[in-house]
Amino acid sequence: MSTEATIQSPVVKKQKESLLSPHNKKLLSDPLNDSNPITVQVLGICSALAVTVQMKPSIVMALSVMVVTGFSNLMISAIRNIIPDRIRIIVQLVIVASIVILVDQVLKAFVYDVSKQLSVFVGLIITNCIVMGRLEAFAMGNKPWPSFLDGIGNGLGYGLILVIVSAIRELFGSGRLMGFQVVPDFFYERGYFNNGIAILPPMALIIVGILIWIQRSRNTKLIEPE
Amino acid sequence: MDKNSSRFTFLFASVMVVVFAVLLAVAAIALGPFQAQNVKLEKMQNILGSIGVQSESKEAEKLFNQYIKEQVVVNSKGEKVTDGVQAFDIDLKKEMDKAKTGDGDKQLFPLFVFNKDSSYYYIIPVRGKGLWGPIWGYIALKGDMNTVFGASFDHKGETPGLGAEINTDEFEKQFAGKKVFDKTGKFVSVKVVKGGAAPEDLHGVDAISGGTITSNGVTEMLKRTIAYYIPYFKSIEKRANQ
Repeated sequence: MSTEATIQSPVVKKQKESLLSPHNKKLLSDPLNDSNPITVQVLGICSALAVTVQMKPSIVMALSVMVVTGFSNLMISAIRNIIPDRIRIIVQLVIVASIVILVDQVLKAFVYDVSKQLSVFVGLIITNCIVMGRLEAFAMGNKPWPSFLDGIGNGLGYGLILVIVSAIRELFGSGRLMGFQVVPDFFYERGYFNNGIAILPPMALIIVGILIWIQRSRNTKLIEPE
Repeated sequence: MDKNSSRFTFLFASVMVVVFAVLLAVAAIALGPFQAQNVKLEKMQNILGSIGVQSESKEAEKLFNQYIKEQVVVNSKGEKVTDGVQAFDIDLKKEMDKAKTGDGDKQLFPLFVFNKDSSYYYIIPVRGKGLWGPIWGYIALKGDMNTVFGASFDHKGETPGLGAEINTDEFEKQFAGKKVFDKTGKFVSVKVVKGGAAPEDLHGVDAISGGTITSNGVTEMLKRTIAYYIPYFKSIEKRANQ
């Protein structure tokens, strides 16, 4: 949580800008690559390992995190000037926890089976470093709209990695994508086996590692000077 | 007012807590009926699972009504209770708690009867303790009230990969064909055996590696809960023999 405060210092512009100005668009797109919460900031790894066995729960988890980061950023930013400094972390926690509980209740009411698969991990969004990290690093010092975009952007960046990892794990681990079989029976008859380790958490770590490797080798901004 | 004064800090905290408490309460009440419906459908799916009928939540209610022909409520003496109690609505946890408060003789147990090709299957709900919380499930006995036809288990929060494995097909399908009474007619239940049950063992299934406490919980749960129904089974047998 503390490491990323240095990565993106809050930028506040004086003049009025359009809702999707280049600057604001950057807030959305940066977390997808240059400042991705998982592969660059290395936040939210625990849930990324746990929920990525199949694509469906990963997508639901990604959407949930996006809602939480977006709206907690929005709310904190809206009241940032009246939050007493001494209880600011508690205030952030109350807001994050409330939104997470709301999300959890909605999931339980409308996508019960997915909510069972995600089990404790929805509740654990409260402790997801991405959420509190963005509140401290961005929402406390920026206006509501850019904060909202920053939250959604970071949720998207998190979700992107989740979807990639889960697609690879579901394909190799179960021969399916989104629950539909994609590896033909013909392969299995010829002696093809699903990869057992792909459904275990270590495989998520390996895939995230490989993604970081690929990203660092292609994105010159992330290459550290020798 | 200075936003960092103690007064404002207290005021801010109080207002915030009240606002969010109201918000969450409203959400919980509004979404409650939907969640209750989901729990009901899941229960139906679990009951159907014990007789090997896999169902989606959408069709669970229809399939349940189609397969489960009779729901019986029995008391601890093995008599059928017919005064308006629905077997499906019985909360097994509450019934089991009655034993602790000395109301053991008022316990009511639900039994679901599945009828296929003129043979009967009895589905018994079971409930017990795992490592972290409650575990429960349904075990279906064949018409002889001895041979296990199938079982399905679930849990609240057992360790994923260890105790949580009790709700996997691999664990559940081991129960099919096991017997709950031995050759002399003594009730022995089905045990979950650490280190693996012998293949010819009619009363044992393999435990889960690393899930010893959950496995023991399953053994205890089956032994205790099936025993509740023995008086009723005996009474049916007697009637059949007459």
